Amino acid sequence: MKPMIEVEGFCKVYGDITAVNGMNLAVRQGEIFGLLGPNGAGKTSTLECLEGLRAPSEGFLRVAGLDPVRERKKLRHLIGVQLQSAGMPENMTPMEAMRFFCAYHGVPPRDDLLERFDLTAKQKTPFHDLSTGQQRRLGLALALAHKPQVLFLDEPTAGLDVGSRAELHGMLREFRDDGTTVLLATHDMAEAEALSDRVAILLNGCLAATGTPLEITAAGAGLTRVSVQTKAAVLQDDHHALPAVVRRMIKDNYVIYFSRDIGQTVPALIDHLQSRDDELIDLRVERPSLEDRFLEITQ
Amino acid sequence: MGVTTSAFARHFNFEFRAGLRNKNLLLMNYLFPLGFYLLMGFIMPGINPFFQDVMIPSMVTFAVLAATLLGLPYPLVTAREAGVFRSYKVNGVPTLPILVIPALTTAIHLGLTAIVIVATAPLLFDASMPVNWVNFGIVISALGLACTGFGVLIGVVSPSTRMTVLYSQMFFVPSMMLSGMMMPLGMLPDGIRKLAMLLPATHAMNAFNGLSMGTTADFTPWGGVIILALSGMMALVLALYLFRWDNWTRRRSWPGLLVLLPYVVGVLAL
Repeated sequence: MKPMIEVEGFCKVYGDITAVNGMNLAVRQGEIFGLLGPNGAGKTSTLECLEGLRAPSEGFLRVAGLDPVRERKKLRHLIGVQLQSAGMPENMTPMEAMRFFCAYHGVPPRDDLLERFDLTAKQKTPFHDLSTGQQRRLGLALALAHKPQVLFLDEPTAGLDVGSRAELHGMLREFRDDGTTVLLATHDMAEAEALSDRVAILLNGCLAATGTPLEITAAGAGLTRVSVQTKAAVLQDDHHALPAVVRRMIKDNYVIYFSRDIGQTVPALIDHLQSRDDELIDLRVERPSLEDRFLEITQ
Repeated sequence: MGVTTSAFARHFNFEFRAGLRNKNLLLMNYLFPLGFYLLMGFIMPGINPFFQDVMIPSMVTFAVLAATLLGLPYPLVTAREAGVFRSYKVNGVPTLPILVIPALTTAIHLGLTAIVIVATAPLLFDASMPVNWVNFGIVISALGLACTGFGVLIGVVSPSTRMTVLYSQMFFVPSMMLSGMMMPLGMLPDGIRKLAMLLPATHAMNAFNGLSMGTTADFTPWGGVIILALSGMMALVLALYLFRWDNWTRRRSWPGLLVLLPYVVGVLAL
């Protein structure tokens, strides 16, 4: 199947600054793809070129089979875009915005989306009187109003409360299941890990890693963290060497071991506790997260 | 109704209502010109009895200048700065309605203000009525076209809201002083009069006097009407050419000065 987003040899240069340098990327239909990177890595430039807001300096870009610059008029009905700052006229109400943008897309207004994003009670409130979260929810509702094939989201959950965030994640998964392709730029590693089918880490305008969150975290040198709390706290003063443990530390009544292989470390730890007549209160095993891997790559 | 027509109607409807809901636009479209009109109506006839002869064209010209030069550019600049145009671009809103619709809605607002002035000035202040209503309509239309064009062009070329105020005042203040609204153009020294002919308001006042108020024009009034209409169209074309979707896109703004070309020709030819 042909990818919904194709990027080959993409470069974006602003004067002397190279924002993106030779990027290659393919996003499949019905995939949520996370674009991660520190500030200035080139995420927004990539998104803006794919959305047709800017022209690439070099390279081949296709979204839904269309050139984002030359075929922008056709493309605008196939993509939904939520920009980092929502950017609405300050006196425009959510209801007006829905009617306004739907009219330009040639589709009937989607009041159901205002309801779904909990904006019905605020539908006659001017944009500048909405909270940040409400403004972002409105931006999302508008991006989805014409049922786009490809959805570009820039920091979609910034400013959202926990409930709205979970609701949005659920919705994005639904859209993905219906065949919508989602390209998501975010700083939120937990969000990218929870939501994305695949992610790419962008560093200094180049792709540093691409794959599923699991593949990316597994590829790192990250150590698994084993945190233990026991009744008699015998481990606190006990420097007994456990297999595959690289280092240990004590924090908040927990002894934390950093292990290369928890298959060796955890059974040995339990045996050791039994031999010292101590009782386990809590044992936590934390694999290296996408954030750990991200920090490893970017630092 | 096609997609474009429906979208245009929706956009027009929003912009028209924004002209009433936005406090700054409400001030510049209605409150400031009508307040100034009442103030002048009560003060000026006592100071200058001839003011009643030019009261209607002066106050209508003032209303046009306030709505177009002071009211129209600011929302365009703030919209660009706030990323509104970027939202428009990704949702397929073309450049033409972004610039033309505010100009049209401003024209309607200032038209309503002009009607209030024309209808009440003879009753409240014994102001002279136009003697040729057709020509009065033609001159006000040409002035409206020229000034909405100027307003849109200022909104497009202005790099920031601070500069917008400066650019707008560069035309507004001299228009108030030199165009013939407050004192006859003939009273100005020759050099200043030439300078005044670079302003749309001067051509409008001259054309109002010569074509609709039954008084004498200082120079060919129809020439002024043509200059106004031509510069208005040029300004809109230049605004479309120089339009930027966001503040990061750099574009030279000096070609905007080409809008003064018809006025320069006017200084030399009229």
